[in-house]
Amino acid sequence: MTKIVVAVKYVPDATADRKFESDDTVDRENVDGLLSELDEYAVEQALQIVEEGEGEVTVLTVGPDDAADAVRKALQMGADAGVHVNDEAIAGSDAIATSLVLAKAIEKLEYDLVMFGMASTDGSMGIVPTLVAERLGLPAVTYGSEITVDGSTVTIRRDGDAASETVTAEGKVVVSVTDQTGEPRYPSFKGIMAAKKKPVDEWSLADLGVDAAQVGLDASGTQVESTAPRPPRTAGEIVTDEGDGGTKLAEFLASKKFI
Amino acid sequence: MSFELSAEHQAFRHAVRDFAEGEVAPHVAAWDKAHHFPVDVVQKMGEMGLFGLTAPEELGGSGGDFTSLCVAIEELGRVDQSIGITLEAGVGLGINPILTFGTPEQQERWLPDLVAGRRLAGFGLTEPGAGSDAGATRTRAVLDGDEWVVDGAKQFITNSGSEITSLVTVTARTGTDERGRPEISAIMVPAGTPGFTAEAPYDKLGWHISDTHPLTLQDVRVPADHLLGDRGRGYAQFLATLDDGRIAIAALAVGCVQACLDLCVEYAGQRTTFGKPIGAKQGVAFQVADLAVMAEVGRTMTYRAAAMKDAGAPVKELKQAASIAKLYTSEAAVTATRIATQVFGGYGFMEEYPVARFYRDAKILEIGEGTSEVQRMLIARGLGLPVE
Repeated sequence: MTKIVVAVKYVPDATADRKFESDDTVDRENVDGLLSELDEYAVEQALQIVEEGEGEVTVLTVGPDDAADAVRKALQMGADAGVHVNDEAIAGSDAIATSLVLAKAIEKLEYDLVMFGMASTDGSMGIVPTLVAERLGLPAVTYGSEITVDGSTVTIRRDGDAASETVTAEGKVVVSVTDQTGEPRYPSFKGIMAAKKKPVDEWSLADLGVDAAQVGLDASGTQVESTAPRPPRTAGEIVTDEGDGGTKLAEFLASKKFI
Repeated sequence: MSFELSAEHQAFRHAVRDFAEGEVAPHVAAWDKAHHFPVDVVQKMGEMGLFGLTAPEELGGSGGDFTSLCVAIEELGRVDQSIGITLEAGVGLGINPILTFGTPEQQERWLPDLVAGRRLAGFGLTEPGAGSDAGATRTRAVLDGDEWVVDGAKQFITNSGSEITSLVTVTARTGTDERGRPEISAIMVPAGTPGFTAEAPYDKLGWHISDTHPLTLQDVRVPADHLLGDRGRGYAQFLATLDDGRIAIAALAVGCVQACLDLCVEYAGQRTTFGKPIGAKQGVAFQVADLAVMAEVGRTMTYRAAAMKDAGAPVKELKQAASIAKLYTSEAAVTATRIATQVFGGYGFMEEYPVARFYRDAKILEIGEGTSEVQRMLIARGLGLPVE
């Protein structure tokens, strides 16, 4: 019986036109959001682990009202229960503040294994799994590309550029998984209908015993100083071949330090 | 009253859209060009539960409603019409006759694999000389001891010759009734039965990815218990499933119109002529607006018909709603693809742009599951007119 908590993030759709608010936080109101695609891999791995043996998957998110959609999507994929930590005071929290909320929520749950995606598709920092592990006093194994559970032993393969290492951990552990672990499933109609009946708890900071002053934009250890949209792409340069096309191309590439 | 799909149907729409855009869209142009039937993707559709949508849970299905099936067909059809028809035919013609008329033994033998999308089944009704005029059926089946011996030919049979086809149910004359009319029965013929051949696939104008074959049956022997439903009721039983099929084809046509709309909105905003996007020109923008109207009208009438089916509406009203939806949406799809290729200009005539594929695929919508003429006849009859 493996009890798994999968922490997931509700992010602005990466394919939509994303913007920032006047306080340099991500505009989450005017863009369609979804369960971070990288977190779907963690949900998939958790589901496969409990399908192989026995267990339960609880999906946990911290975010505004709409973040309930991320929990719902994971439940539709097959997770058993959901927890949504929703408190206005959390808005603008950086990774360190978010990790406090996540850790406090995880402490309230029964678990053997905590899983994360490798990074969010909006912040892209990839440090929250380690921060949460530190707060929980647990080992962290990040960027796993294959996860197996045998009793209380978790085996994780990490693929690096030069080598693959296989790591085992005994007892509780925090794992983040890459997008090489296997394609996440699409929710079926049956899964969507079943998700309606699955329990989702909504917790506030008070429920977790977290002081509002410890989180949010002001309490964050990092501050975004400014944001600017990337300049639009400029038109390409067309090289007209007048017998010296090759030379001109080489000169262009040399000027850009490609050759 | 509400005109909205339920939250669950909308979530399911998103899921199928993600599937279609993730698993089908990247490959569809190549498959279409190669006339390739992608068995692995069809089986993935099965894993997602699409073929078992409307089958009861005890048979491995999802116990979903007909509306959910229409949502799936529309969303697949928005990316590719062939994949949409593969699902429509797999459920409507492959699974439903066995689900509706099969004995428990027949259901147990055939449905688990069909519902899971591991295998496909076809329904052979149309013949070289008989389509909607089923009385002209020439394929014959004679009971010889405890075996049916089937001889004849079928044509345009979807999902009948793929490597995962497990059976085709064929209609055949099994005698003559007391009034001298042919007695038509339905007989299940497993793939691989000696004498049963799915001939080379058709060279079609569109639906290149769909598996469609002519069939020949020569001294084909199947056990007597392969009769599906009652002897002499084969055509009547098939007719009973046609209303569903018409609504499902309407959903497929709505997917086609929506695809044209989406492609045109994107293209008209990007493509510039004389220094402005072509969407700034009324000649283009107004046509795109018309596409939005067609999609909206088509979707409303299709899902109303589907909701009537799910609510168990009286047969006469359902038939009328089904024919009206099928007629309007299929003709709208042909119009929409004509508009879309025109908006794309010269590029719309190039196979590298999806609108060209939709242009080729749309025409069959006005023909399959009862032509536009048949729909008009049925609608007129529904109004009480003595039309022939």
